[in-house]
Amino acid sequence: MCTDCGCLDQKEHSTHDGNNTKIHASSIKPLVIDVHQSLLFENDKQAADNRNQLTQHNITTINLMSSPGSGKTRLLERTIDELSGRYRIAVIEGDLETENDARRIRAKGVDTIQITTGSACHLDATMINNALQQLDLRQIDLLFIENVGNLVCPASFDLGQHHNVTLLSTTEGDDKPEKYPVIFRAADLTLINKCDLLPFLDDFDPQRAKQSLESVAGTTPLFQLSAKTGEGIGQWLEWLQHSILTTKATI
Amino acid sequence: MHELALCRGLLQQVTRIAEEHQASAIKSIHLKVGPLAGIETELLKRSFPLVAHGTAAQEALLEITPVKATIQCDECDKKSELDNIQLICPHCQSTATTLLSGDEMTLENVVLEQQEVKATHHVH
Repeated sequence: MCTDCGCLDQKEHSTHDGNNTKIHASSIKPLVIDVHQSLLFENDKQAADNRNQLTQHNITTINLMSSPGSGKTRLLERTIDELSGRYRIAVIEGDLETENDARRIRAKGVDTIQITTGSACHLDATMINNALQQLDLRQIDLLFIENVGNLVCPASFDLGQHHNVTLLSTTEGDDKPEKYPVIFRAADLTLINKCDLLPFLDDFDPQRAKQSLESVAGTTPLFQLSAKTGEGIGQWLEWLQHSILTTKATI
Repeated sequence: MHELALCRGLLQQVTRIAEEHQASAIKSIHLKVGPLAGIETELLKRSFPLVAHGTAAQEALLEITPVKATIQCDECDKKSELDNIQLICPHCQSTATTLLSGDEMTLENVVLEQQEVKATHHVH
């Protein structure tokens, strides 16, 4: 121990020789900072700003999630055909690469912003905020965000949508909700798509899919439809129109 | 692989805290992660050093405490801790349940290393 000051750190003794006043060695002290904040704090903050902006503009916003090839784009095409006379629709398209889906939607005469994520497996709230700046928000009643085809990552990122809709197609298997619980739990509505194929698939039972969904998400709405043939589409359109009325009522 | 995106968000949070407290380094970071958070914790641990390289957090120890899912049954009102993520009441088998915990991913605390000037004194 140093007889001058009582410090225990041998390394610091070099500071004692020399002349005049010297700052004694610094010591390292651990400091615990309690945070208790979500890891997605930054994203959630941006998402809340997006949601606020969308609600202020009276735009009902739907985040559409599913695995690749479940029929998200086909469902949007059908929905636009059915509702574009009544509502002004816009679409934000998320894909790793290509503008193929955006081209299909633009062919319907709907404003479409393509977000090409490159290697990112999901959309986040900042990407949506950038896309919103490219849209004329005064001219939209209903905005669809077609998320990157992926049953894992998109579930964790709030975008500022009003509702999450998860698609499950009959070719994927009826146990998908149990295998990917996070995305099905996040859904306000689950749609079983490609029901026109049910007569050809002996391994997809809609009742089993319902049980699988309820085991991870509780009692939650589930509709069956075929975006291709239009079978069962009425229930989906009614749900959308009800959502639009609800958004208007919150202002 | 959204764990990398989560690591970037985490790094932003912890380095800002370190700056606010004028810390020289971050010693450890403590997270709580539930089974329904959608995070692969091993992947998160392996990704963090990649994003933290060259920052105040590069030597930081990332500690993750797993949290079990707990539910309250809407039918029989009983609370249960689950060993899996099937949100079914183990008492009455109802699927009408409310999740009380299990989907969280929180930054609980950060331990910082602070350079502190201890004393000034005259040399004889």
